[in-house]
Amino acid sequence: MASQLKAWISIVLILGMGSIPARAETIRVTIEKMVFTPAVITAKVGDRIEWINKDIVDHTTTVKGGWDVVISSGKAATLQLEQAGPVDFYCRFHPNMKGRVTVTR
Amino acid sequence: MFSRTMTALAVLSLLGSISLAHAADKPTDPQIAHIAYTAGIIDIEAAKQAIAKSKNKDVVAFARDMMRDHEAVNTQALALVKKLKVTPEDNDTSRSLVKAATAERAKQDKFDGTAFDKAYVTNEVTYHKQVNGALETLLIPSAKNAELKSLLETGLKIFQGHEQHAEHVAAGLK
Ligand SMILES: [Cu+2]
Repeated sequence: MASQLKAWISIVLILGMGSIPARAETIRVTIEKMVFTPAVITAKVGDRIEWINKDIVDHTTTVKGGWDVVISSGKAATLQLEQAGPVDFYCRFHPNMKGRVTVTR
Repeated sequence: MFSRTMTALAVLSLLGSISLAHAADKPTDPQIAHIAYTAGIIDIEAAKQAIAKSKNKDVVAFARDMMRDHEAVNTQALALVKKLKVTPEDNDTSRSLVKAATAERAKQDKFDGTAFDKAYVTNEVTYHKQVNGALETLLIPSAKNAELKSLLETGLKIFQGHEQHAEHVAAGLK
């Protein structure tokens, strides 16, 4: 619990996010055995994605020209979706791990 | 194009020699554990040399990624063999891997700058292909213990990621 809270706070600090819309949802993506689940997501601007890494190695969620967040082994990280549009994300350490999020207004 | 063909040929011949060595006798679990652990140590040693020698930030970052992941997998492997009360057993495949890696490190050590970076990263692609081939065709099918097999399968996915990562870094060096 404490470590989850700590991870959440640190990500908020890292992203320095602005106002959070009242209806924002949090979508949970689990990484296990080198796979993002679910790998295909739809969300709205202002929603958050919580990435949970259950693997023994660190991963990242990375978008070319966009976000790049390390999710350490056994930890979670949260980021807020700020722009509409489809984005392909992957793991910078293991580019065979891929997913896509479609963000609408 | 020519060098790519040569690399592919080199990989095939390496895979061939590994499979041939065990065509008759499949490795036992204690031997498989030793081979997998040794393969990890070899990549950690190569990464240490790259961190010491390279001045390219992408190459150094890649080498750090290799160290971190292979150390994590090997820590898991050690915990598993301890739990299963299996003692990893040295064998011809482990010995030939170490021999080839020692020669490769000595070869790379003679290079500096971009020449070193290319030699290291190119070999990382080749080496991960070789290890992944051995995992797929020999080590995973031969593993008897379900937990060992599962760790090898996860290892394979991680190392396939490394292979692609190394290919990306190699493409960036051109
Ligand atoms: Cu990853």
